[in-house]
Amino acid sequence: MPPTLSYAYAVARDTPALSRVVPDLRGVGGAPVRLVRAEGCEDMVAAVSPVPSADFAEDALRNHLEDLDWLESVARAHHAVVEALAAGATVLPLRLATVYLDDEGVRAGLRTERQTFSDRLSQLASHVEWGVKIYVEPPEQQDAPAAEPGPDLSPGRAYLRRRGQQRHSREDVYQAAGRAAERVEAAAGALAAGRARHRVQRGQLAEAPGENVANDAYLVPLEHSDLFRAEVLRAAEGLTGVRVEVTGPWAPYSFAAPPEPAPPREEGP
Amino acid sequence: MRTAGGGLPEQPQPLPDRQIALIDLLDRLLGDGVVLTGDLVLSIADIDLVRVSLRALIGAVGEGMPSPWATGPVPTAQPGHER
Repeated sequence: MPPTLSYAYAVARDTPALSRVVPDLRGVGGAPVRLVRAEGCEDMVAAVSPVPSADFAEDALRNHLEDLDWLESVARAHHAVVEALAAGATVLPLRLATVYLDDEGVRAGLRTERQTFSDRLSQLASHVEWGVKIYVEPPEQQDAPAAEPGPDLSPGRAYLRRRGQQRHSREDVYQAAGRAAERVEAAAGALAAGRARHRVQRGQLAEAPGENVANDAYLVPLEHSDLFRAEVLRAAEGLTGVRVEVTGPWAPYSFAAPPEPAPPREEGP
Repeated sequence: MRTAGGGLPEQPQPLPDRQIALIDLLDRLLGDGVVLTGDLVLSIADIDLVRVSLRALIGAVGEGMPSPWATGPVPTAQPGHER
């Protein structure tokens, strides 16, 4: 095994802007990023940097991926490269830790996927990705005694009434979240070119307050980008217990892979 | 405002002060992204390592739950929709 392997970040259109950006770019472990070109794929490049085999060969990588700090540092380095590239060209971000024995492996990959990548790059040109997350913040569990039990209510009935009120307010916030989601859909229907659903965020890494009930990404043409963001941010207006968070603009991570061949819909071959 | 290659609009910097939540990044970097076939040293996509190892962190993943990051893009805009 060679001492270093080739870590690939993204496939991109080969533009002059890209060639200006890359000489200063540092990737995973601070290694310099370079562009790899393949014969027969003149309109695209892969951005690559060397990584130590000691960290990225199969067993090592397998172990490292169990380490959240390591994963985070690689993820952030990967993202920084993709962001910088995306400022200069349309990019198809590759999955984290896409690693080849050498640049020839990268070239082979480019040649194999040439047509798919080229088509996808054309479709994603002048588009950005926005992340849209909807949260509900159910009212505090009011386990404290209700404000006025009501003189005519037995403790049992007062309890039931209290529970009923809690249930109603929970239903209310979920309904409000549904309303917010409809508004987001309406904005997307008019302005977005695609949607990808991510799994709702749970667990230790989900630090934002409230319960995440939708975690979607939208592909939006640049000319609608600002308007889309503004409309989505307004989706929770006037609704209680609902929060909409927008992240981005992202490089089109969630849309890099071509959509599954949609069963019935039009969408040409 | 378009850049030559039709990429993201020119930004002063890649916004270094904007700390992106790791979970948002992992949503995108692990499940999405193109798979460049060839002599991959190791394919996360095939092995789903990270899904396994981060299960505890990301929350309950199990029977009946959609697997994390296994989602793909779904076309949403109706063909030929008007703006």
